[in-house]
Amino acid sequence: MLLPAVVLTFIFAYIPMGGLVIAFQDYKPWLGFAKSSWIGLEHFQFLFSMPENVQVIWNTLIIAGMKLIGGLIAPLVFALLLNEVRKETFKKSIQTFVYLPHFLSWVILGGILLDMLATKGMINQFLGAVFGLEPIFFLGEGTWFRIVVVTSDIWKEFGFGAIIFLASLAGINPSLYEAAEVDGANRWQQTWSITIPALIPIMIVVGTLSLGNILNGGFDQIFNLYNPLVYDKGDIIDTFVYRVGLIDGKFGFSAAVGLFKSVVGFVLIVIAYRAAYKFANYRIF
Amino acid sequence: MYHKTKPYKVFTVFNYTFLILLSLLCIIPLIHILAVSFSGKAAANANLVGLFPVEFTFDAYAKTLANENFIRSLWVAVQRTVLGTLLSMIVVILAAYPLSRENRSFKRRNIYTWYFVFTMLFSGGLIPFYILIQKLNLLNTMWVLILPGAVSVWNMILLLNFFRNVPRELEEAAFIDGAGYFRTLISVFLPVSMPAIATLSLFSMVGHWNAWFDGLIFLTDHEKYPLATFLQTIIVQQDFSKVSVRPEDLENISQRTIKAAQIFIGMAPILIVYPLLQRFFVKGIVLGAVKE
Repeated sequence: MLLPAVVLTFIFAYIPMGGLVIAFQDYKPWLGFAKSSWIGLEHFQFLFSMPENVQVIWNTLIIAGMKLIGGLIAPLVFALLLNEVRKETFKKSIQTFVYLPHFLSWVILGGILLDMLATKGMINQFLGAVFGLEPIFFLGEGTWFRIVVVTSDIWKEFGFGAIIFLASLAGINPSLYEAAEVDGANRWQQTWSITIPALIPIMIVVGTLSLGNILNGGFDQIFNLYNPLVYDKGDIIDTFVYRVGLIDGKFGFSAAVGLFKSVVGFVLIVIAYRAAYKFANYRIF
Repeated sequence: MYHKTKPYKVFTVFNYTFLILLSLLCIIPLIHILAVSFSGKAAANANLVGLFPVEFTFDAYAKTLANENFIRSLWVAVQRTVLGTLLSMIVVILAAYPLSRENRSFKRRNIYTWYFVFTMLFSGGLIPFYILIQKLNLLNTMWVLILPGAVSVWNMILLLNFFRNVPRELEEAAFIDGAGYFRTLISVFLPVSMPAIATLSLFSMVGHWNAWFDGLIFLTDHEKYPLATFLQTIIVQQDFSKVSVRPEDLENISQRTIKAAQIFIGMAPILIVYPLLQRFFVKGIVLGAVKE
C-alpha cells in the first residue's frame, strides 16, 4: 500500500536532491549533469561577494523576522480578546470572518491589494479624506513595500493562527479561575497570572517552529505584489532564485543559492524542534 | 464576580467594538472588489466606488463569461482540482494506513516515516525540480500539476494520527471475519474517519484551486493554464502577451470592473466551500481536544 507514495516521493522529492550537484558545476543544459564541468564553490563565493546578492539575504531575514514577530503577537492578542467574549454566536461569527482570508490565495489577494493600494485606490482616498495625506506610493517604494508585505501577511493569517491559542485557552482548568476569584483577583490579574503562564509553552512551540522558517519570506505573496521598482528592498531568496534561475537561465548559480537556503533552513528546523522539545516538551509525532 | 465590575463592563464594550471592526477589516476588501465588479465602467475608472456598486450593471460578468480564455482556464482548474484531490487522497490514505500500525506489526515503520518527513525538512529546490520535470517530459501536461504534490506529508501525518485512535478491536474483528488489509481499510477505517478525510479533502481542494505557480512555470502553452495562473498573468502581472487576444479585446481585459469580476469568480468556489470547511475543522479541533 505504501508503494505509490514511496515511488512518487522518490521521483519528485529525492531525485531533485541529487540534481543539487549542479550547484557545484558550470551547468550547461545541453551537456547535462555528466559532462558539465566542475567548478567547486565558485557559485557560493559569487553569492557572498556581490553586494546585491547579500542584500537579498538581508531582505529575506528582515521581512521574515518582522512577519515572525507580528505573526506571533497578533494571533495571541486576538485570541485573548476573543476569549473574553461570552456570547457564543458572536464569537462564532467573528471567527468566520477572520479565518476567511487564510483560504484565499495571494493571486486573488494580490489582485485586490494592487487595486486598493493604487495611488488613486480606496486606501489612499480614505487617508486623503480623513487625514488629508498626499497619496502614498505603497507598492513602488521599498520601505512602504516591506510594510505592506508584513501588514498584509499578518492581516491574512492572524485569525487562523489564533486557532491554536484558542484551543489551549479552552484547555485551562476552570477551577484555577474560580480559586483566583475567591481570592479577589480581578480579570486583569487573572489573565496575567493564570492565562498568560498557561499559554507560554504553546507560544514557545509556535515561536521556535517559525524560527525554522526564517529564510522563507513568502514567495507567493512577494511575487504577486512586487515590481522592478522595489527589487532592492523586496527581493527575497526565493524570488531571486526564480528570476536569476528560470528567467535569466543561470541554473547553477540559482541552485547554489537554493542549496544554501535549504541547508540553513534544515539546520534551523532541527535546532527549533530540539528547542521546542526541550523547553515545551513538544513533539510532532 | 468580575463580570459585574464597572471597569470590566467598559472593557467589554470596547472589546466587542474592536472585534467587530477587526472582522470588518477582514472582509471589506472583498466587499469593495464585489462592488467594483457590479459598477459601471465610468464610475469605477473615476474611483467613485466604495463599498456599494455605483451605476449597477452585470456588464463585467457578461464580458468575463463571454471570454473564451477565461472559460477554458476555469475548466482546466475544475479538472485539476477534482483529479488532483482524488489522486492525492488515494495515495495519502493508502500510505497513512500502514504507517499508523504499531512498530511490532510493521517493523520498518520508522524508516518509512522518516523517508517521508525528511522531504518536509529538505528539498532540492526550484532549479533541480524544474530540470527533472523537463527531463520527464511532463512540461505542458496536466500531470505536472497533479503528481508532484500528490504525497502531502502533512496530510499523511494528520491522517495517520487519526487512524491511530481507531480502536484496534475493530480491526481485529475484521481480520477474524476474514477481511484482508485492503478490505479492513475500506470497510472499517474509512467510514469511521470521515470527518478527518472530509477536512483533508477540502484542504487539498482549496490548495489545488489556489495553486498558480506550477502552471506558470511548467505550462508554456497558455491555453492549458488553470484559472489561478490565468488570473496571475492577467491581473497581477498584467502580461497580456500570454493570452491570445485581438486588439479590440485588450480594452475589455484591462478594464477595472472586468478584473474585479474575474477576481470575484476566482474566489467564489472558496467562498462556497468555506462554510462547510469551517464546520469540519472546528469539529476536528474539538475531537482533538477530548482525545484521552
